[in-house]
Amino acid sequence: MCRIGALKSRHYMHPSKALLLMQSQQKGHDNSGFAMVMQDLGGIFEDYKHLPTLSLACTDEGLKIAEDLLHAKGFRRVHQWVPETNPQPGLDIEAMPNYVFETFDYPKEYQDASDKEKGELLTDTRLELRAAMEEDEKGFAYSFWPDVITLKEIGDPRAIGTYFNLWEPNEDFTAKVITAQCRQNTNYAIVRYAAHPFFLQGYTALANGENTFYQKNKEFQSSLHRGYIGFESDSQCFLYSLHYVHKELGWPLPYYKHVVTPLPFEDLVKREDKAQLLAMRQSLAHLEINGPNTIIGVLPDNTMFTCCDAKKLRPVVVGRDEDTVAISSEVCGINEVLPDRNWEVDIYPNEREIVVIDDNLEVKRWKQ
Amino acid sequence: METIKINDLACNDLPWKISYDPNRCTLCGSCIAACTFDAIGPKMERRRMIFTDSETPEPKTRFSAQPIIAQRNVIKNFCRGCGVCERVCPNSAISASRNPDSRFNVVYPAATGSGPKRGGRNNLEVKERTLDTLRVGRISQMTDPSLDAQRHTFDCLAPLGRVLPSKALPFQQSAEGKLIQDSQTPPVHWIYPVIIGDMSIGALSWRMWEAIAMAVAYLNEECGLPVRMCSGEGGMPVRLLKSKYLKYMILQIASGHFGWNRIIQAMPDMVEDPAGVLIKIGQGAKPGDGGLLMAAKVAEHIQAIRGVPRTDLLSPPNHQGLYSIEESVQKMFLSFNAAFKFRVPVAIKVAASATSVSVFNNLVRDPYNIVGGFFLDGIDGGTGAAHDISLDHSGHPSVSKLRDCYLAAVAQGRQGQIPLWAAGGLGKNGNLAADAFKMMCLGANGVFTGKLILQLAGCLGNDLGRCNACNTGLCPAGITTQEPVLAKRLDPERVAENIVNYFLGMDMELRKLMAPIGNSALPIGRSDCLISTDKAVADRLQVQYVC
Ligand code: SF4
Ligand code: SF4
Repeated sequence: MCRIGALKSRHYMHPSKALLLMQSQQKGHDNSGFAMVMQDLGGIFEDYKHLPTLSLACTDEGLKIAEDLLHAKGFRRVHQWVPETNPQPGLDIEAMPNYVFETFDYPKEYQDASDKEKGELLTDTRLELRAAMEEDEKGFAYSFWPDVITLKEIGDPRAIGTYFNLWEPNEDFTAKVITAQCRQNTNYAIVRYAAHPFFLQGYTALANGENTFYQKNKEFQSSLHRGYIGFESDSQCFLYSLHYVHKELGWPLPYYKHVVTPLPFEDLVKREDKAQLLAMRQSLAHLEINGPNTIIGVLPDNTMFTCCDAKKLRPVVVGRDEDTVAISSEVCGINEVLPDRNWEVDIYPNEREIVVIDDNLEVKRWKQ
Repeated sequence: METIKINDLACNDLPWKISYDPNRCTLCGSCIAACTFDAIGPKMERRRMIFTDSETPEPKTRFSAQPIIAQRNVIKNFCRGCGVCERVCPNSAISASRNPDSRFNVVYPAATGSGPKRGGRNNLEVKERTLDTLRVGRISQMTDPSLDAQRHTFDCLAPLGRVLPSKALPFQQSAEGKLIQDSQTPPVHWIYPVIIGDMSIGALSWRMWEAIAMAVAYLNEECGLPVRMCSGEGGMPVRLLKSKYLKYMILQIASGHFGWNRIIQAMPDMVEDPAGVLIKIGQGAKPGDGGLLMAAKVAEHIQAIRGVPRTDLLSPPNHQGLYSIEESVQKMFLSFNAAFKFRVPVAIKVAASATSVSVFNNLVRDPYNIVGGFFLDGIDGGTGAAHDISLDHSGHPSVSKLRDCYLAAVAQGRQGQIPLWAAGGLGKNGNLAADAFKMMCLGANGVFTGKLILQLAGCLGNDLGRCNACNTGLCPAGITTQEPVLAKRLDPERVAENIVNYFLGMDMELRKLMAPIGNSALPIGRSDCLISTDKAVADRLQVQYVC
C-alpha cells in the first residue's frame, strides 16, 4: 500500500525532509517509486514565482519535441535547472535520460492576458506536450504551472533520493509546500504518470488507498473537462473531483467532502442545508468515492487539507510545531521530521471531517 | 367400428394431459369443483368385470357403467396444467402432465380462426438468461476491504425525478461561504430501488391489488423500506386516491387513459401527492402489443374505476395521437407536471427495442428539465393478455438496451440526470436481489418487477407454458381474476406477508452483495464489479470476460 505525506512550513524546506517523512514508513510500501510536488518555491526558483515552470522527464528526442512545441507557441525560456544526477552502480531506479525544469515567460500576446487565460494556455500546452511525447514514452510532462515543480520516478525511493542528490539539504532547491508519495503498484502497470501526487491548475491531490468507485468516477469525469485524462491511477479521480468542485463549480472547499463522501440520507435530511446537500448528492452521484482512502490536497492558494473515506478505512495523522505542519499516513513519519513537537495535539481526523491548514499555518477542523 | 373423424379434437392434441387412476379415486368431486377451466368433468365408462358366484370357478362377464373423471377435449376448455386438481385431490388420483406431442399450435388457429392468447409469459425463452451468465466478480480483498453486511450502514435508495446537471444547480454563495439555493429544483424522490409494478387493478383481482398495497404500506410504515407501487394503467379506487397511502403509489397513465378522469376529479381532495406519475409510451412485457383486458375481467368495479362498459379493453401499444418524441414530451410531461404543480416526478416508460436508445438520447437533452425517469421494460414480464405470437416472437430483452442507454448517457456526461429503471423478467429465477444488483452495475438506478409478485402470491404458472391463463379471468389462484369465488381463494394477508418477507430478505441480500465489493451505496454503473463467463455477453455489455 502506498504511503503519503505532506509538509507545509513557514520556511523553505528541502525535499530531504519529505524523504525523511516517507522513509520511516518504508515498511508500508514496496519501493516501486517515489514522487513529489513542490509548491511555493524557494532557492533558485524564488525569483520566478510568477512564471510557469515545466517539469519534464524525457529522452533526447522528447526534449526536442517539447522545446520545439513551446517555441512554436511563443514561450520564451528564462530559466533552466537540470538536477545533477548521481548514477551509481546498484541503484534501483529506472531513470529517464533527461530531467528538465524550465521556467518560461508567456508568449508576447499573453502578456496582458488574465490569469484565467494564462491558466488555460498552460493547461492546453501541457496536454499537447503530453500527447506529443506519448508515443514510445519519449517523455512525461508532469506539470507546467507557476511556482510548481514535479518529480516522479520508478524505483526504490531511497535510490531515487540518492540519484537526484535529494538526501543532502541545500538552499537551491526548496519549497514551502511539499507533497510526496512512496509507492506501491498494486493494480496498474508501472508507469510514471501513475505516481501520486497528481497536479492540475494549481490543485494537487494524493491518496493512500483504493478508489472502489474508480470506474464510475472516471466515466463521469472524462466528459467534464479536457484536463481530466490519463486515469493511470484510481486515485487520480480525487484530484479531478477536487478541481471540478472547487474550480469549475466554484463551490467552497467544505463541499468537497459532501461530494466525495456524501452523508447518508438519514443524516442528510436532518440538516438545515438538506436541500443543497441532496441536490449535490444527486447531481454528482458519480463523483462519490467509497473508499478505502485518505486524501491530501493542496489548493492554488497553498491551503493544504486532508480528509478520508466515509468509513475511515485508512489512517492519517496531522502533527505540527511552531513552523511546520506535517500530514502522514503513519505517525512514525511525523516523529521523524518533527521529533520535538507536542504529540498530544496530533490530530487523527475522523471520517466526517476535513482538516485544513491555511497559509498562516492555522489548523482548522471542519465537521462535514 | 366407429369411423375415425381425424379432424376432431382429441386430448392428445392438447398441451396438457390428465393422468387419472380410477382405482384411487373416491369420486369426491373436489377436482372438478376446483378446476376453473372446466377442463375435467365426470364421465361414464363401460367396464367389463369377470366374476364367479359359485364355489368352483365359473367365470361370467358382467358389464357395468362406472363414473370416472376425464379430461374434456373442447378447445375452449383445454387443460392449462395448473395442477389444482392434484393439489385438491385427497387420494393422489389425478394430475396433469405435459404433452410433448401437443398439436395445439396447429389445431387452435385451425379451429378458431384466431391466434391463441394468454397471460404475459414468453414460453419459448427457457434457456439461460443473460443475467445468469454474469457474476459479481470483484471481491474486495486486503487493499480495498469488503464491508461487513451486518454491521455497516448502507444507503439503499434510488432517485425518481429529474436530476439537474451540477452546473445548472441554482446555488449562490453567501457571505459566510455557504451555498444557498435561490430557486426551485425539479422534485426528486429517493425510494427503494425496487418498485412493484405496474399491474393494473383490472389485470389483478382486487384482493391481489389490495394485498400489494397492504404490503407496500407495511414495508414503508413498519419496516422503514420506502417501497413504491405502480398502479398500472387501470386507474385507482377513489378512496385510495383520497387517502394518505397515495404517497406510496406511482400513478400510471397509459395509452388507454383509463382512470385518469377520476384521478383528475379526485385531485382537489387529495391529502397527499402521489409518489410519481409514469407515462407508459411503449409496452415491453407484451412486446409491441397493447395490453388486452378481456371482457371477462371487466367486472363492475373495474367499469366504475375506468368509466367503461363491459367489453374487451385494449391499451394500444403506444399513445395514438403522439407522433414524435418532442410532441410527447411537450404534451404529456408538461401537462402532467403542471397538474401536480411540479411537485411530483413524471417519468416515462418505453419498451426495450432497437429504438429505445434513440428515444433516450432525445429525452436526455430535456430542455425543460421535466423527464423524471426512463423506465425500460423488456420481454419476459407481464400479467396482462396478449397474443401468443407477440409474447413468443417479438420483443427485446432489456439488459443490453439498459446498458446502451447508460453508456449513451456516459458518452454525453449525463449519467444519472434521468434515472434509469429497468424491468422484464427480473427475479424470474426467484432471486431479485441478484438481478437488481447486476442491473445496477450495468447502469440502472433501480428496477421494477411484476411477475415475481404474482409468484409470491402463489401463482401456479411458469415459463414453460404452465397455466398462463391470466387473460381468461379464471385464474385458479385468485390472482388475476375478477370472479368473486376465485378471488376468495387468495388470502390477501398471507400474500402481503409473503411480499413483505421477500422484500426484507431481498434487502439483506442486496447488502450481502454490496458488502464484498466494498460499497455502501448502490453500485450504479459499477460494471467493473461484473464478470461474464460468456465472451459475447462480456463484449456486448463491456464487462470483464473470465473463464
Ligand atoms: S379430487 Fe381425486 S378423488 Fe376426488 S374426484 Fe378428483 S381425482 Fe377423484
Ligand atoms: S396468475 Fe393465475 S392465471 Fe396467471 S399464470 Fe398464475 S395462476 Fe395462472
